[in-house]
Amino acid sequence: MAQGVTTTPERAIETAKINVRGVNMVFKRDGNEVNVLENISLQARKGEFVCILGPSGCGKSTLLNIAGGFLKATSGSITIDGEVVNGPDPRRIFVFQERGVFPWMTVEGNIGFGLFKLSAEERRKRIAYYVKLVGLQGFEQAYPQELSGGMKQRVEVARALAVNPDVLYLDEPFGALDSITRLIMRSELLRIWEAERKTILFVTHDIEESVQLADRVIVMSARPATIRRIVEIDIPHPRDISSPRYLELRDSIFEEIGLAHKV
Amino acid sequence: MKRWESYFWPLLALGIVLILWRQGVVYSGTKVFPSPFDVQRGLAELIRKGLLWGYIGDSLFRVGVGYALAIVLGIPAGIILGWYPKAATAFNPVIQLMRPISPLAWIPLSIVWFGVSNLAAIFLIFMASFFPVVVATMNGVHNVPPMMRNAGINFGLSPADLFRRVIFPAALPQVLVGLRIALGISWLVVVAAEMIAVDSGLGYLIIDSRNAGKRYDLVVAGMLLIGVIGLCLDLSIRRVELLKSVRWGFRNE
Amino acid sequence: MKEFYKKLRMTFPRKLLPFSAIAVLIVLWHISIARSDSSILPGPWAVVLGIAELAQKGLLLKYIVASLFRVTWGYLLAASLGIPFGLLLGWYQRGEKAFNPIIQILRPISPLAWIPIAILWFGVGDSAAIYLIFLASFLPLTVTAMNAVRNIPAVNLNAGRNFGLSEGQVITRILYPAVAPYLIVGLRITLGIAWLVVVAAEMIAVNSGLGFLIIDARNAGNRYDLVVAGMVMIGLLGIVLDIGMRNLEKMKSIRWGYGGN
Ligand SMILES: Nc1ncnc2c1ncn2[C@@H]1O[C@H](COP(=O)(O)OP(=O)(O)OP(=O)(O)O)[C@@H](O)[C@H]1O
Ligand SMILES: [Mg+2]
Repeated sequence: MAQGVTTTPERAIETAKINVRGVNMVFKRDGNEVNVLENISLQARKGEFVCILGPSGCGKSTLLNIAGGFLKATSGSITIDGEVVNGPDPRRIFVFQERGVFPWMTVEGNIGFGLFKLSAEERRKRIAYYVKLVGLQGFEQAYPQELSGGMKQRVEVARALAVNPDVLYLDEPFGALDSITRLIMRSELLRIWEAERKTILFVTHDIEESVQLADRVIVMSARPATIRRIVEIDIPHPRDISSPRYLELRDSIFEEIGLAHKV
Repeated sequence: MKRWESYFWPLLALGIVLILWRQGVVYSGTKVFPSPFDVQRGLAELIRKGLLWGYIGDSLFRVGVGYALAIVLGIPAGIILGWYPKAATAFNPVIQLMRPISPLAWIPLSIVWFGVSNLAAIFLIFMASFFPVVVATMNGVHNVPPMMRNAGINFGLSPADLFRRVIFPAALPQVLVGLRIALGISWLVVVAAEMIAVDSGLGYLIIDSRNAGKRYDLVVAGMLLIGVIGLCLDLSIRRVELLKSVRWGFRNE
Repeated sequence: MKEFYKKLRMTFPRKLLPFSAIAVLIVLWHISIARSDSSILPGPWAVVLGIAELAQKGLLLKYIVASLFRVTWGYLLAASLGIPFGLLLGWYQRGEKAFNPIIQILRPISPLAWIPIAILWFGVGDSAAIYLIFLASFLPLTVTAMNAVRNIPAVNLNAGRNFGLSEGQVITRILYPAVAPYLIVGLRITLGIAWLVVVAAEMIAVNSGLGFLIIDARNAGNRYDLVVAGMVMIGLLGIVLDIGMRNLEKMKSIRWGYGGN
């Protein structure tokens, strides 16, 4: 039904890492039924960076929580590597906004949180590696309240990466950051993603952010959310954000959502 | 404010209070109410007779045992109630009903059950500190943000580990607030309990000094001791709140 | 019809759950009294009869009124003096520096330790009990008010001055709304303490009120049914007071201070 710039090629479905098929979600509140997700189907290839873009309150977090196994869909299914998702799993880590870091642990404690099965020696090595990867050397013993918002966010990303998951779910991870930190965090995330090649589902309501980061952008409608269009971003990294192709793709999404891009 | 001021003003206020106190005693010509000097002499007398340390020890012992019992039973009970909402629905009314019963209202029953003894006083301390501990723990566990719980589950923690590594540390600051309130109430209650239910301790010192010979200098000496020890108890539990692993939970005062 | 039964099964236990533990405890209480040979301790029914007896003699109402009368006066006196005093100390740093050490030493002195002095000054009577309640509430309220003022973010005060408010306007339009939520919480906690203290004071320093009822029922004739009846009344009134204060917290103008829960 979506007639956009590009739609997912059929053959991709077979090689898909994440396969969301016909997911519906209905919340019951005060006896009323609220239809949040309507027949959502999408795929993500292994190592692909997928952005889910949509207006506030449309159901992006709900979809991500279903994919993460924290919520059960009313109908439809999600499979990862052909395996049905039944609940949370350390192979797929959910990155909450910075509020998800544990305030009672140091940076080291947080990053090593999921490594309880490793030997002390190996744990130490991994922690050191990821502290370096996210650039928090010197802050190993600091507590979250001594860190800035961007540093806390990096702790969360490192905590997720440290357990070596194959999928990362990020729910508006940079939403609470100032615009400069947000830009820095975007390139950090891309750097890490290029180093580790995780499959990433990234929720945002920032159009520029999605076009800068993603291989594909899934544009959702307001509630009940349906997929309006899937846009393939065929610009190699590092992306020139004043190139004609970038502006073309960005503007097509602006139009799709119905926003004039003149202020 | 300058450095010397932070010593000067408190000392000035203390000095004025002491002078007012003394002059008040002198001008009113009272024979019973002691001046600061009488109180100081009273304290010296208690120390000389060797009564003081025994009384302090007795009071602290009762508070220590009753309070420790309340912690040992109250924290697990609070955890269960915070973890299972059904249990909380069932027991909350009982707790809310028992809580406002002044612990001292249990005095007659505690004497029936335990006689005039240390046990009676310990039971009263227990009743006084148990409910604040249970309620604080219950709320602490209940209020752990779902996001943190989910993060723990996501990393594949077993229920026991989830509890030990996420729920408990997240609830700890609130539990500590409950522990501090409970300790304050215990100290308040032990004095009252000793005035009625036993015959040793600082509370007994106060009531006995009055009844046997109207020794108001000893009454006031006892009160000051109670104040100073209570202050020390509060300061020491506040030190715990400064530990880094729980400090995040307290707003800077 | 099936639907109806299903609904019944679903809603009934949930509505009854809050009462289940109380019911179980009362039954356990009854059984343990019935099975022990002790004739001293009353069962639940004896307590109900005890309350009825007190009501019939007119003592119940009289004692409740006596206790509430003392709490009300002592507490109101403490609030009307302690809160302004605390606000002043919070506003003028030097005042706080000067008085804080004295407050900190006086505060942990159990209000009941003042009983001998209260009796010395006021004799056995209402004034002594009111004085004790006053002591028990005054310092906590002072400290709450002091901390509440100190915790007002400087930006709020500066914003007020920035808009050209006079000192008086800063107090009514910024200070007051900023401290109100803290004060209400302090008032509620303090009322709980006052209620605890009045019972103890009445056991020692006067001869009426619910605390007196308890100690008197025991001393004059081991009437433990009346002792427990008194305890039940103390618990119930304590809840009523607490609920009343909680309703104050729900008032719109101060609700911002209580987060989500
Ligand atoms: N547990 C729930 N019970 C009832 N309704 C819910 C629940 N969770 C979410 N909703 C509703 O579902 C809708 C979508 O919520 P969701 O959090 O997924 O939106 P979102 O797209 O992530 O929004 P935002 O961009 O603001 O984070 C909202 O209207 C919300 O009210
Ligand atoms: Mg969301």
